[in-house]
Amino acid sequence: MNQSLTSLADAKAHHEPIAFGHADPVPFVQALHSMVRIRRAEECIAENVATGVIKCPCHLAIGQEAAAVGVAMHLRSTDRAFGAHRSHAHFLAMGGSLDGLFAEVLGRDTGVSRGMGGSMHLAAKEVGFYGSVPIVGASIPIAVGAGLAAQMDKKGDVGVSFFGDGAAEEGSFHESMNLASVMNLPVLFVCENNMFASHLHISLRQPKNVVARYAVAHAMAHATVDGNDIVAVWSALKDAAAAWRAGTGGPFFLEAVTYRWLGHVGHRDDQDVGVARKDDLSDWKGRDPVRRLAESLATVGALSPKELAAMESAISDEVATAWAKALTQPFPDPSALLSRVWAK
Amino acid sequence: MTATVKTSYGVAIRDGFAHLLAKHPKAFVMGQGLWSPWYVGNSMTNLEIEFGKERVIDVPVSEVATTGAGIGAALSGYRPIVVHPRVDFMMLAVDQIVTQAAKWRSMFGGDMSVPLVIRGIINRGGEQGAQHSQSLQSWFAHIPGLHVLMPATPRDARDMLIAATLCDDPVLYMDDRWCYELEEELPPAEDVSINDIAPLRRRTGKDITLVGCGYTTKLNLEAAELLAAQGIEADVIDLRLLNPLKPALVHESAAKTGRMLVVDGDWRSCGLAAEIIAGVAERPELRAVVHCARITHPDAPAPTSKPLEQAFYFTAADIVREARTLCGR
Ligand SMILES: Cc1ncc(C[n+]2csc(CCOP(=O)(O)OP(=O)(O)O)c2C)c(N)n1
Ligand SMILES: [Mg+2]
Repeated sequence: MNQSLTSLADAKAHHEPIAFGHADPVPFVQALHSMVRIRRAEECIAENVATGVIKCPCHLAIGQEAAAVGVAMHLRSTDRAFGAHRSHAHFLAMGGSLDGLFAEVLGRDTGVSRGMGGSMHLAAKEVGFYGSVPIVGASIPIAVGAGLAAQMDKKGDVGVSFFGDGAAEEGSFHESMNLASVMNLPVLFVCENNMFASHLHISLRQPKNVVARYAVAHAMAHATVDGNDIVAVWSALKDAAAAWRAGTGGPFFLEAVTYRWLGHVGHRDDQDVGVARKDDLSDWKGRDPVRRLAESLATVGALSPKELAAMESAISDEVATAWAKALTQPFPDPSALLSRVWAK
Repeated sequence: MTATVKTSYGVAIRDGFAHLLAKHPKAFVMGQGLWSPWYVGNSMTNLEIEFGKERVIDVPVSEVATTGAGIGAALSGYRPIVVHPRVDFMMLAVDQIVTQAAKWRSMFGGDMSVPLVIRGIINRGGEQGAQHSQSLQSWFAHIPGLHVLMPATPRDARDMLIAATLCDDPVLYMDDRWCYELEEELPPAEDVSINDIAPLRRRTGKDITLVGCGYTTKLNLEAAELLAAQGIEADVIDLRLLNPLKPALVHESAAKTGRMLVVDGDWRSCGLAAEIIAGVAERPELRAVVHCARITHPDAPAPTSKPLEQAFYFTAADIVREARTLCGR
């Protein structure tokens, strides 16, 4: 296989609108809605981190929306997906409640984790999102177990793990890949390769920048795509998804190459964990997954500029309303500390 | 008289590293985030510039490999300090710490040395929640063959790091981000032996013994001031070395005051506070005359929500209240 990301790692490449190819553009209007909604929600969170209204650490995925939404287009509520520290987008893309997310980052009792977890611990079982955790690599084997259960259930569901390029440095990642492969489990490994783990570029952490090389090592079907091209993300999973639904699918490794616009944690875009960032961010913004999709939809006549403007303003209203509501939510009672530890 | 320099806890740790790297060519440091102020605060600022990135190594997200590599390098004659910027991340390396490093000497007959330091930073609060707040000192103090050090002052933060690195056995050194702003006048750094590290009396009093380590020593000293204003004089004992425990000073103090309150910033069940109290209960001359109590975190994972955090983490005021109860006031 190609052991280099080549142009996918080049900030100045892949700025052009997205090609639909054989894909029907219509479902991507809804996908754009989901991506814009995620972006607005995270911008709202960033603002409130900046002003200190939100206290819990927030790792934002602005710029990475296409991977979450492109994968979620294939998922259903009986699947079981797991995330990591940067999982607002995964949660929302799968249909997690915006009200619940906002209340959670504010530590309120009506948050999705009832104020026990904050930004880094989100779950929405009803939509198939079984939990995101900030211990790097920790939820990868858990998704494998969900895949094992799906195999036993024979209902065509899949276990899904969202993680980053940094997680591929953990033992849990390699063990999980091997286990899923040798047992031929229906598990989707989604690696969002944004080429950074905190302040360290992948070139300082791994000998090659293609994480999918580990899928080759574990004899697993795989694809490495432009993660800011939602059609590429979606297309890469079409066959694997059909196989899972037919009850015949094994593991699949999807590497979505992308870039985060903000620093590792928090609202600032000029530093990662206190270390100044390289200043190629404006080039990376040229690969904006949202703008590219919007332009493509306009070109094929699926969404006019007027419709886009209406969509954006409706989303802005929804986000503003949800935020205002979250601020009015009650805090948990102190008794919650002990009453939620054990089964009743 | 040598000149002293006012030094914060965080900077004192850096001074310890600088001393080790300058004076001991076999010492080196590796871990995640060593080149980032967010991960290690001001405790390692520019060390990689001063001593080179070959000796101050920022590593991939690989706790098991990094810790195991520390053991291998230690067996090969180096004195590595492996840094885990949070105790929670260090959990991945528990096999290497507990089942490998701590056992290597005894299991191979007593002559093989693993002069490894594992630095686990306690970093909690700030609505970080269950997976970014653990300290687990009692777990590690349970392990034969693993020294556990918890510095409470800038002086100890520096000197214990040096002692740990010069020790011929594995040492878990746990510093606490809640202590980083503490300041103290420090003389220049020198080599220190771990054999000289034992519990210290940080304040003298006749009415009650307050026992703690690391951050809880800071709280105990604050509580002792408040208690003094209410006419209760506390003897404050800082454990410093949790494994192997050296309980003599605790027992001497408890015998004197007749009241012992053990304060531990971790869970209650099977914890350090219970161990200290058990040591008193086992001694015929103490068990009948010393009244004991403990303050710990509630037995629940750390929450994020602010009001729940406030209920979870105790303060000096909580220590004062419990101490007064123990004194019958
Ligand atoms: C076991 C563990 N080690 C270290 C960390 C600190 N940490 C949090 S996120 C992160 C970087 C992860 O990078 P990546 O997996 O690429 O995800 P990204 O932040 O790029 O989304 C690190 C090192 C952690 N949370 N857990
Ligand atoms: Mg990354």
